Amino acid sequence: MFWNEEIETMPRQDLEELQLKKLQKTVKRAFDKIPYYNKKYTEAEVFPEDIETLKDIEKLPFITKDDLRESYPFGLFAVDIKEIKELHSSSGTTGKPVVSGYTKKDIDTWAETTARGLTMMGIGEEDILQNTHGYGMFTGGFGVHYGSHKVGAAIIPISTGQTRRQIEIMNDFGTTGLIFTPSYGIHLGEVALEEGIDPKDLGIKAIGFGAEGWTEEIRQRVEELFGCKAYNIYGLTELMGPGVGVECEVQNGLHIAEDIYYPEIIDPKTGKVIGGDKPGELVLTNIEREGMPVIRFRTKDLTKLTYEKCECGRTHARMSRITGRSDDMIKVKGVAIFPSQIEKALLKAGDVEPHYLIIVTRPGTLDEIEVKVEASKDIFFDGVKEMMAVQTKIGKYIENETGIRVKVTLVEPKTLPRFEGKAKRVIDERNLH
Amino acid sequence: MKIKQLSIFLQNKMGSLSKPLEILSDADINIRAMCMADTSEFGILRLVVDDPEKGKEVLEENNFLVKITEIIGVEMNDTPGGLTAVLKSIKDNNIDLEYLYAFTHDKVGKAILLLHADDIDELISSLKNDNFTIVSAEEVYNL
Repeated sequence: MFWNEEIETMPRQDLEELQLKKLQKTVKRAFDKIPYYNKKYTEAEVFPEDIETLKDIEKLPFITKDDLRESYPFGLFAVDIKEIKELHSSSGTTGKPVVSGYTKKDIDTWAETTARGLTMMGIGEEDILQNTHGYGMFTGGFGVHYGSHKVGAAIIPISTGQTRRQIEIMNDFGTTGLIFTPSYGIHLGEVALEEGIDPKDLGIKAIGFGAEGWTEEIRQRVEELFGCKAYNIYGLTELMGPGVGVECEVQNGLHIAEDIYYPEIIDPKTGKVIGGDKPGELVLTNIEREGMPVIRFRTKDLTKLTYEKCECGRTHARMSRITGRSDDMIKVKGVAIFPSQIEKALLKAGDVEPHYLIIVTRPGTLDEIEVKVEASKDIFFDGVKEMMAVQTKIGKYIENETGIRVKVTLVEPKTLPRFEGKAKRVIDERNLH
Repeated sequence: MKIKQLSIFLQNKMGSLSKPLEILSDADINIRAMCMADTSEFGILRLVVDDPEKGKEVLEENNFLVKITEIIGVEMNDTPGGLTAVLKSIKDNNIDLEYLYAFTHDKVGKAILLLHADDIDELISSLKNDNFTIVSAEEVYNL
């Protein structure tokens, strides 16, 4: 089953010709319309006419999350605000958040990518799709929503949470497709079992999941619980949202919508493109974006690509499951967190030089995050009540900064490990990679 | 008059109490009275020692988080109702106590109650008004 068979099974040579045309157009537009690119490319002495082959993309400098942040909010828009129809944003880290703007056509392109993905999963007109991704500034909810409209499924925009209600609706409405983060999915399945409902009896045909790390064991667990296949979805707000890559029924890598996103794999240390199917950092270029062209974005996600034609007949490159990060970002409950956010929260709480350690665990099916903070003179009082208030305050600041509730534990001074050079701030005990 | 108490931050885990006590013992500092306030994760060890300044110094050298807090000592009768009489006076004067602990010593028939409140001066004057004896700091340090 294909949503756009002509494009999805296009011979590679034709696909590459199409990519080159789109790339040239994108670079030219960005150079002409966006001062950021104009300045950056001029400084690097590379100009739109230098892009003669796809490989010439390597002459262009990268763009990072920091660059996007510096352009906050609308500095990278290539169109007037009156053309922008929707705005999304990823959570802020050390400074401002990253904004993503979409024209009407961009929303349609976005819907096209998720529609292809839903079709790969076997979701179509006959289906009722329950979308537990959050609706809001986070792109997860709406990306799936628009794709669902395109394929003609009936979407239930329920968002995350209210687990018992989710189960009731699955049962009463006859939901056939589910979208969730793997850990929430397992939780959903287990709560259903507690309620005396076997998720296998609900008639779920397919599950799409993403937005957090997972292992093959987690996938197996989800598939066993619900008695159907679970497909990986990849995407990021900077490049639109979910739908950059989706797994087909073969479940052997995620097909990148290559006529829309041009992928490269680089060595995160040298920034050089790595050939073959060796692992490295994924770099993506939006070659079909009006509102906000993003060229050579360093995703920091580690993966590898294969260009071999898939058993399903699709010719677009496949990326493997994300195996890690080239920076210290962690994903907890589907939300991206940087240690710098925790640090910022601690500084606000009044500690001059905070020493802390983030410990992520998954005791059952849901993620838990504990932040150990060394107590210091600033936050030490001779009263249990005051000390409990300090813990609560730190927890609140962290929640404000990250959107995640954490457990704060105060520990004695100089008891957390010290590191020479770059500190190791995160201990991830979930074994996701 | 005010007693300098050491407040030490400790994690609530096995063995965490022994290290600070060893440090004090190595520095030849004698403990007069102690109490422990604890939660499931951390605790505050409160100590009255014979040399609080030196105690703080040696503990800090060993990376402990120490604060000197002022408390007072009140003499009370070491008989049933001795404590109640002091507490009644505090309550009648509308003073909110933060914590207290008590010990007996070699003065027959008397015990010492250690008290902490946010407004320690008000606590002292109200107890004096009700004719309680406030024990001098030196007396407690050198018991």
